[in-house]
Amino acid sequence: MANNIFVIAEHLKGKVDDVTYEMLGKAKELAAGGQVVAVLLGSGAKGLAADFAADKVLYVDSPELAEYNPEAYGKTIASLVSAHAPKAVLVAYTSQGVDIAAGICVDCDMPLVAYATGISGNHVTSQLYGGKMNVESAVDGDRFVAAVIPGSFPAAAGKGGGAAVEDAPAPDLSGLKVKFKKLIEPAGGDVDITQSPILVSVGRGIQSEDNLPVVQALADKLGGALSSSRPIVDAKWLPKTRQVGKSGLKVKPKLYIAVGISGAPEHIEGMKDAECIIAINTDPKAPIFSYAHYGVTEDLFDVVPALVDKL
Amino acid sequence: MNIIVPIKQVPDLVEELEIDSSGKDLDREWLKYKVNEFDDHALEEALLLKEAHGGAVIAIALDGDDIDKALYAAAAKGADRVVKVTGNYAGISNRAAAKVLAGVIGGMNPGLVLTGVQSVEDRDGQIAVLLAHYLGLPHVSVVTGVEVSGGNVTVHKEYGGGMVAEFEASMPVVLGVQAARETPRYVPVARVRQAMKSTELEEIAGGDPGVSSGSSISRMFKPETGGGAEMISGSAADVAAKLAEIIKSKM
Ligand SMILES: Cc1cc2nc3c(=O)[nH]c(=O)nc-3n(C[C@H](O)[C@H](O)[C@H](O)COP(=O)(O)OP(=O)(O)OC[C@H]3O[C@@H](n4cnc5c(N)ncnc54)[C@H](O)[C@@H]3O)c2cc1C
Repeated sequence: MANNIFVIAEHLKGKVDDVTYEMLGKAKELAAGGQVVAVLLGSGAKGLAADFAADKVLYVDSPELAEYNPEAYGKTIASLVSAHAPKAVLVAYTSQGVDIAAGICVDCDMPLVAYATGISGNHVTSQLYGGKMNVESAVDGDRFVAAVIPGSFPAAAGKGGGAAVEDAPAPDLSGLKVKFKKLIEPAGGDVDITQSPILVSVGRGIQSEDNLPVVQALADKLGGALSSSRPIVDAKWLPKTRQVGKSGLKVKPKLYIAVGISGAPEHIEGMKDAECIIAINTDPKAPIFSYAHYGVTEDLFDVVPALVDKL
Repeated sequence: MNIIVPIKQVPDLVEELEIDSSGKDLDREWLKYKVNEFDDHALEEALLLKEAHGGAVIAIALDGDDIDKALYAAAAKGADRVVKVTGNYAGISNRAAAKVLAGVIGGMNPGLVLTGVQSVEDRDGQIAVLLAHYLGLPHVSVVTGVEVSGGNVTVHKEYGGGMVAEFEASMPVVLGVQAARETPRYVPVARVRQAMKSTELEEIAGGDPGVSSGSSISRMFKPETGGGAEMISGSAADVAAKLAEIIKSKM
């Protein structure tokens, strides 16, 4: 098992998250003579492995695993990692994966490197400080857990299928202290920002709710919709339906104008595939400029009204 | 019910970040620090729960630069006790910090442990989850709402796309908080100063972590900014004119 790479598959509502394929593709590169082993948990969910490009799929079936549950999934995955002692475990840095990765680290005593965007041998590159610095870590031994930021590797390399699916036993999952209750769908009834070809997206640089008309005017002029980064939604200045990013919506408009948004990895995840990205941010070091096609480092309160005038 | 809120200081990203001469760490000499914004949310949620259900909010932090001020600020916001875990913890990894914190929090009879879901410096993992595992307690991360009833909590955990999962957990439980139900309260500096006079900052000696991150930084480097971006400069009017042209060409 020495060179085997585990990839923890992620799924929700019967759909495999793309990050699973992204990690499978990377795992193939890392396996160097070992096997790529996908780990899939669920209830009647074996079919989800159909497209996995892996040497093997370890599938654990249990009613307690029908829906993601941090405790049940954590226990099951830690028991598999302990039993099979793979060299590396790749977990997505997602809402589910954030629960899982650190659990393996402690329960199986394996170093964890988080926010990973690159892995080569036992070197893992992480995106820290809101995307403002990259940090390369050398793992002490050669075993490690990496929490991988979605979108870091191409998904195509991890698709293909044909893996042998092996049933693995679930550990004792009685007496769980965390119980799944229900999924709550996002509220509808607002503009669907995923359908708008033009998005003007506003971030904390706007400073106050009273300033929102400045950016709304630009969205209106362009016939686009107003979207935002997370802090704007947390402050309740805009509804959740407008949030772009990891815990918001993924958008691919023709034009995305980021106004006063720094470009934290969690935001980038939701918009980096936009056809044309324009960023307006006073900080020339803002990470958003690494992803933008056009950048402006002037004050948004000068540029945006001037732009509305010119359009 | 004791609601424990571990907090920590992280570099303020508003400042320019520079790399030190070793090439492996930030140049921390002039760095400005602030409380991890998600820890602020955790504290807010803790205070809201206390206001609704009673109990005591205990803010706790490992010794470090400026941490006294951060703890006094927590007291000014309404924390009943503020505790500094003393020891030499400069540059400590999250895994080691979690182990030290677990040693202290384990003795505090916690009902809820609320801390930020992540911070900008979590190279070796998120404190909330590490802490839960060292405490041997269940946990849920990416939490946006907490309701307490009896010995149970109902929590909302955010997935992508605005989807939320609801879980019920029996206490004690550790929660990694993404966002409090309300915007974290603000206290003016005068109130923090007042708290410095009226609050006892408790000191508890922390143990030796006995674990490390299991990895070391081999290199720190800045991502290429503006790698692909064509930067447009000039007066606001010039910039606006050029942007207008670009936008029209894309529509
Ligand atoms: C689990 C998790 C999920 C998350 N999901 C998301 C998500 O889905 N979407 C999301 O966006 N975030 C998400 N975040 C939050 C993310 O980490 C960042 O905190 C957030 O994206 C920052 O938003 P911002 O860029 O608006 O604010 P900041 O990072 O504060 O940036 C504000 C920017 O405005 C600029 N600015 C200030 N004044 C002006 C001015 N006058 N003119 C021009 N520019 C100005 C500043 O230079 C700065 O770069 C998530 C975090 C976690 C932990």
